[in-house]
Amino acid sequence: MFENLSYLALQQYWWMIVSLLGAILVFMFFVQGGQTMIKSLGKTDNEIKMLVNSLGRKWDLTFTTLVTFGGAAFASFPLFYSTSFGGAYWVWMLILFAFIIQAVSYEYRTKADNFLGAKTYETFLFINGLLGTILVGTAVATFFTGSDFLVTNMNHSIWQNPYRGLELAFNFTRYETFINLSLGLAVFFLARVLGILYFFNNIEDETILARARKQLLFNALPFLVFFLFFLINVLLMDGFGYDADGVVSMVPYKYFNNLIEMPLNTVILLLGVMAVLWGIYRGAFHYEKCGTKAIWFTGGGTILTVFALLILVGFNNTCFYPSTSDLQSSLTIQNASSSKYTLVAMSYVSLLVPFVIAYIWYAWSSLNKKPITSQEMEDDHHAY
Amino acid sequence: MEHFDMALVDWSRAQFALTAMYHWIFVPLTLGLSFIVAIMMTIYVRTGNELWKKITKFWMTLFGVNFAIGVATGIILEFEFGTNWSNYSWFVGDIFGAPLAIEGIMAFFLESTFIAILFFGWGRVSKKFHLISAWLVAIGSNLSALWILVANAWMQNPVGMRFNPDTARNEMVNFWEVLFSPTAINKFLHTISSGYVLSAIFVVGVSAWFLLKHRNVDFAKKSMIVAAVFGLLSSFYLVLTGDESARDIYHTQPMKFAAFEGLDDGNVSAPLVVIGFLKEVPDPRQPDVDRFAFKIEIPNLLSYMVALNSNVFVPGINDLINGNEKHGIMSYYEKIDKGKLAIKALGDYKDALERKDQVAAAENLKVFEANYAYFGYGYYDDPNDLVPSVPMAFYSFHIMVILGVHFMILFIVLLVLLYKKKIEEIRWVLYIALWTIPLAYIASQAGWVLAEMGRQPWVVQDLMPTLSAVSNIDKSSVVVTFWIFAVTFTVLLIAEIKIMVSQIVSGSKNEGGH
Repeated sequence: MFENLSYLALQQYWWMIVSLLGAILVFMFFVQGGQTMIKSLGKTDNEIKMLVNSLGRKWDLTFTTLVTFGGAAFASFPLFYSTSFGGAYWVWMLILFAFIIQAVSYEYRTKADNFLGAKTYETFLFINGLLGTILVGTAVATFFTGSDFLVTNMNHSIWQNPYRGLELAFNFTRYETFINLSLGLAVFFLARVLGILYFFNNIEDETILARARKQLLFNALPFLVFFLFFLINVLLMDGFGYDADGVVSMVPYKYFNNLIEMPLNTVILLLGVMAVLWGIYRGAFHYEKCGTKAIWFTGGGTILTVFALLILVGFNNTCFYPSTSDLQSSLTIQNASSSKYTLVAMSYVSLLVPFVIAYIWYAWSSLNKKPITSQEMEDDHHAY
Repeated sequence: MEHFDMALVDWSRAQFALTAMYHWIFVPLTLGLSFIVAIMMTIYVRTGNELWKKITKFWMTLFGVNFAIGVATGIILEFEFGTNWSNYSWFVGDIFGAPLAIEGIMAFFLESTFIAILFFGWGRVSKKFHLISAWLVAIGSNLSALWILVANAWMQNPVGMRFNPDTARNEMVNFWEVLFSPTAINKFLHTISSGYVLSAIFVVGVSAWFLLKHRNVDFAKKSMIVAAVFGLLSSFYLVLTGDESARDIYHTQPMKFAAFEGLDDGNVSAPLVVIGFLKEVPDPRQPDVDRFAFKIEIPNLLSYMVALNSNVFVPGINDLINGNEKHGIMSYYEKIDKGKLAIKALGDYKDALERKDQVAAAENLKVFEANYAYFGYGYYDDPNDLVPSVPMAFYSFHIMVILGVHFMILFIVLLVLLYKKKIEEIRWVLYIALWTIPLAYIASQAGWVLAEMGRQPWVVQDLMPTLSAVSNIDKSSVVVTFWIFAVTFTVLLIAEIKIMVSQIVSGSKNEGGH
């Protein structure tokens, strides 16, 4: 079946899978967003416990999505993996560090003799929510704005900046830094919005939910401002395109043109943005009627939006990981991918993805039949 | 030899070793305890006996504490392939990435989805679904191990691929050959069974502590029976797969084999050193140098074990370096020459392509393909640089094997005493069971030290030396991250041990359950 597809079609198929995983990851960042609000939404020990436990039953899935995203990127676009991870060393190390401290925090927080104390683990969760979202968003923005690296004729990558990726977030002499950070901050505030909507759906406690409702618009507004700043800049800037021979050049309004030239993707993007806004609107102004369902609109919209943005930067002869040091070193889905054989082999495995989504859905539904209550926290022997 | 920043290579290796060794403290317990918990839960569901529910919950709590930190250290390993070994990531990404992606899709999601049901499903889902979730967590954990071990086995014995000079990387041509290579099968089976044995020792040791303290006697005995049976069966399997692994190494990594056997000069009817102590020797490459201060050996056994024929020649380190015409062994000197030819031909091929000189490109490609099997040797001038640390390989192998035998005997003794209902009377056995817990971790770590240090200087056997695999980063960055991870992992390990001990003590006061 997959053997009959062209090499380019397989590369596009795998870019779509990586994009889908990236999109699901951003949706799953509701865990990270929620972690940054534990102290502002929970004032008593029991309230904090409810919030932590609500998130704690999902953290591993976010973690798994991140690992699978990394694995899929390694497998399908190994030159991106070696260039970005080996180059922007400090950015990825900081992201990884933020996730190490998250992994143990839920399990260890309330256990006796946990060495560091509950507050330290709660701080770890906050750091993970803050750094994880902002840095991942900033790193993804460089797909549009570019990074300083070279690729040799042996496909060895050499990063050209001694700050090893930190310059992408902290070099304020470049306008692109603001674009990068704007996506980072947009992801951060979106994660908080998603976290709030998730609590609407998953917790049954009027006090917590009343605080969460107050927070919704305060987070939705900065999300919109940063996201629009990023989107408008991207659509107006010159982009990195390549021709039939693989020669890379700067193309005026490349990403805007991609919108025009890929109308289906544009529809997905618009649907996604509308769904995100609709969920926020319903959660903020029609909470009593459908507050618990708002997460599905905003969450689904997030997946569609992020997916469409990644397609925008990967398809239509666009360099998805451009080099600002040497245009010809820029990575495309054609020059960075695995061999056709490997893509075919992995494509058969990808047929399992719907099955995986189905069992995750079934397992979640089984576990979420009843929202988390204060009483449950007292009864559950394994409560975090 | 091409210039490499050896300090960067060493720090990168140190960081990877640190992460891998910390990760491997937690993973084997997850691999085995997940099955032990599933077995215990099955007994509870079948019998309805509340004590089995308490037993299940108790071991599940310890499983959860251990699982979390295993996840934390695991994510670093995956991304370190890119951050610290980016040249390697490209060189092998076409093969290595596939198992990693499959691992994520097939195994990690299974594990992470159903672990939430396992922990929070009590009263929320049916007993049957809860039990199925426990088994799926165990299967998911072990499937996770399968794919990463397939990738590791490929590095030890690269098969099912071909080097593409245009992209300068190895490309997969046969997925099934990669998945079902004897090295991959042995590595997977041997590694997971070592995890089962370690977990069984953990359960047996903690249960022994309960019995020594006269707490939760019934609880402890029931736990011990399950773990000892599971451990004994796993031990048999461990021995079988270990034996098969050694035979595989003899064929695919003869230098590693000679190093862990401490064999400098090859022999027909080679003896097996059962126990030995090495001494400092000025130059082990000189003829008739004996590097053993003391040894007990069994005549002919090594030859017999590798080929079921005691007259088979087993090459030593010197045979591999200098070659042995009689036994058809090519010397490392010759391999180095061929490797240099391959490296030069690849460069010339690339240059010819840039000049659009197709004739020269074709000639160089021919030379390259004829010598590619020795590509990695071309990075070296001195064959002695291709010999791993013999003491490290020898001791790690022998510690692993000797402790493995100890574990098997312990399981048998415990089962006999349990059967004869004398387990509480023979207290010294209980003390041994308790103090075997750290020994299980030592054996488990020794296994990986042997696997990874024994294959040096290769990151991909014969094709890519470790020194050419590193990312092009400055040493100071790696030094800083090394210490960040060292401190973080150590703090988290201390937290884990304290929590574990506290859970065990409070569990014992609380009739097992929490």
